[in-house]
Amino acid sequence: MRTAFVVLGAALAVAACDQRMINQPKDKPYGTSQLFPDNRVAQAPPQGTVARDQVFWSWQTSQRPAMTEALLARGRERYDAFCSPCHARTGDGDGMIVQRGMPRPPSFYSERLREAPDRHILQVITEGYGAMYSYASRVPPDDRWAIAAYIRALQFSRNAHVADLSDEVRQQLQENTR
Amino acid sequence: MTQVFSPSADTWLRLLAGLGAVAVAGVLLVAGGIVRSDYVTGVGVVPRQPVPFSHEHHVGGLGIDCRYCHTSVEVAANAGFPPTHTCMSCHSQIWTGAPMLAPVRESLATDTALRWERVARVPDFVYFDHHVHIAKGVGCVTCHGRVDKMPLLARAEPFQMQWCLDCHRDPAPNLRPSEEVFDMAWSPQGDREALAERLMSENHVQTAHLTDCYTCHR
Repeated sequence: MRTAFVVLGAALAVAACDQRMINQPKDKPYGTSQLFPDNRVAQAPPQGTVARDQVFWSWQTSQRPAMTEALLARGRERYDAFCSPCHARTGDGDGMIVQRGMPRPPSFYSERLREAPDRHILQVITEGYGAMYSYASRVPPDDRWAIAAYIRALQFSRNAHVADLSDEVRQQLQENTR
Repeated sequence: MTQVFSPSADTWLRLLAGLGAVAVAGVLLVAGGIVRSDYVTGVGVVPRQPVPFSHEHHVGGLGIDCRYCHTSVEVAANAGFPPTHTCMSCHSQIWTGAPMLAPVRESLATDTALRWERVARVPDFVYFDHHVHIAKGVGCVTCHGRVDKMPLLARAEPFQMQWCLDCHRDPAPNLRPSEEVFDMAWSPQGDREALAERLMSENHVQTAHLTDCYTCHR
């Protein structure tokens, strides 16, 4: 009887030492799992399946959104994060990674790219081009349009004439550059 | 009748009681110190990784944005480990023969994932969500430290409940303007308290349920 109490007491004393709550037997996105042959929890969709939002995404990719200030601001933010390492914030194509040995991408101010349709920019982001990998998994379709819009704004910025601006905007510009 | 206690018994009793109290206090102090120590919390520990990836070089040196690799941080619970494809965006052209990058090339060639060791992790009963913290203006640095100064990544904060609650009880001092969330070197300018107050209302930070159990536990 006494032995039983001692064993029970000892069992209770170490009961809280288990780490099962911290490491639960569940599969988390970046973990490993015995469930699948390649031991990954995050599985690629099976061949031939269509993601629920894929139709929407394809539609979104085909629709050029209206040019707004919000779209440009979003485009600038995304451009700086995903494109500027190579294309540089200026769009000249001498970004930090190019300075470290990446082949130099063409300047956005070249004749060819200034005349290329918006769709070309979208296609390059989606599918890649030359040494540039596809950014489809990193930049969703609406952001691709935002980046395309911002690149258009960059291109315009070096080919616009101050005289073409409205009086109000010209005054603003002069105040800002002073 | 002889005395039960010797003349020195009272002194001994006081001495032992005193020593006992000191011993109990000492054990509590030491235990408290141990559970908060870096040894237990893992702060500053650098796990062995398949590739000695340097955030100092890629973030601090090259200036690559956090989101270039951790793409889902603004929209999902997980910040996202970059797939090998992301590494190879540059390393298909740069350092293509570097022995250090052999595991990356092998991962791409054989379509097997690189197995990185987690640095910042919470217990399985904590359901942390990156995207809400980003949306409310908590900077990456606040929890992950200056990764742009870490040649090899180490845990910067204890990731214990007390540390989470410090901020959940009073989030204002840890908020930033949304455009500064990914900035490693940002520090508040001017009136800190006025900024904190403005961000609390601008970012719609509701404190009513921030310390409820179900906010982090299910």
